[in-house]
Amino acid sequence: MRALIFLGCTVPVRNLNYELSARKVAEALGVEIQDMPDLGCCGYPLKSSDQDKALVIAARALAQAHKTGLPLVALCSACAGTLAEAEHQLAHNPELRDKINRELEPLGLEYQPGVKVRHFVRFLLEEVGLEAIRAKIVRKLEGFRFAPHYGCHYLKPSEITGGFDDPEDPQTLTRLIEVTGAESLNYASIKECCGGGVLGADEDLASLMAGKKLAELNEAGVDGLALICPFCNVMYEGQQKAIGKKLDIKLKVPVVYVTQLLGLALGMSPDEVGLKLNRVKPKKLLAAFKD
Amino acid sequence: MISLNKCDPSFKYEVAAEPGGAGIKACFSCAACSARCPVAGHREQYDPRRIIRMTLLGQREEVLSSPLIWLCSACYSCQEVCPQQVRFTEVLNAIKNLASKAGYAPPSAKQISGLLANHGRLLAVTEFENDKRAALGLPPVQERGSDYTAILGITPEAKPAGEDA
Repeated sequence: MRALIFLGCTVPVRNLNYELSARKVAEALGVEIQDMPDLGCCGYPLKSSDQDKALVIAARALAQAHKTGLPLVALCSACAGTLAEAEHQLAHNPELRDKINRELEPLGLEYQPGVKVRHFVRFLLEEVGLEAIRAKIVRKLEGFRFAPHYGCHYLKPSEITGGFDDPEDPQTLTRLIEVTGAESLNYASIKECCGGGVLGADEDLASLMAGKKLAELNEAGVDGLALICPFCNVMYEGQQKAIGKKLDIKLKVPVVYVTQLLGLALGMSPDEVGLKLNRVKPKKLLAAFKD
Repeated sequence: MISLNKCDPSFKYEVAAEPGGAGIKACFSCAACSARCPVAGHREQYDPRRIIRMTLLGQREEVLSSPLIWLCSACYSCQEVCPQQVRFTEVLNAIKNLASKAGYAPPSAKQISGLLANHGRLLAVTEFENDKRAALGLPPVQERGSDYTAILGITPEAKPAGEDA
């Protein structure tokens, strides 16, 4: 089984632990990852100021992906959502497609419908399947408790991402955490947005949004907040210290990627899943899985 | 008080004509969006229903110049709970696009165009990043700014600065 990976802007520069663990997990589960040569932005950051240009940028990536004939997987939820939405719009609107293709022509590219775009984790669940993953688990993460964070664009808008998980009662990440043998915490702010989308416009607001979840988990006590999006990571890990100061709470919530947990359960070493690159140290995991 | 004489009744049609904007005409003011909005939970001035009403009434300048329209986190929660398929996240996107055309975009929007036109991505990739990647056995990442320069129609001379973002 093969898939083309869309790394986006943040992951290959700031979240090497996520990329590393995702690639290793894919390999262990029999998924061959192919890289895109001309990797760039998905278009999402331009949407609010110029959605026409944002769509051309997304269509550029889709046109490149189409040439390979492979399904496209993204590690960033915003990339996955933006590219899936663009595919949906362009595939269903021939007039729009013609307009966008006139813009792509000077780049020697042509958008054609048919690229299946998904978040990497969704791809694993739909193509490999939970039971096949379970069969390959060699080391149970028993005694650990993680809080899944679904974020927004993994499951919303459901018009685009529908038929996979319910955004109002999400289960898929919970099941993935449980398959590693760890406990998955169900908690009040499980569906909250990280606030990353407003970090540029209003840092205080973004901090309050992320702080709500961090404060709850700080109190509940977890071995990690388990993410699948680098934007959420900016808020929950990168900003955690600053948020703690603002809220006047001593926050100590380790932040991990779901792919790191899967990797450990599949028998990988902490280094193979980049665990030492996590900035809020998952102390209990590091102590339990010394190299 | 709102003076209807000062309102521009064509504003809602302008919004509806933008991609993603058409749903606004279906709003019946139930406020499910406002109730579910995580931003509104922290900023009571930010009220999706109010933005929709102001738009339908034609308060063109008030809406487009309002800093509140930039506070949406694009979480799509409002869209999920709307009984009328207004798709407020997309409606607000349409409004923000109009605001940008009217010159109200925040500085960060310009900075983003500059970064994309220069690097084809939000975070530049230098040798330093690729060395770190190589040490972990990850393949190098190449920038392809030229495609983005062409798409954005920004000539190299006119590229806004933004490398330090």
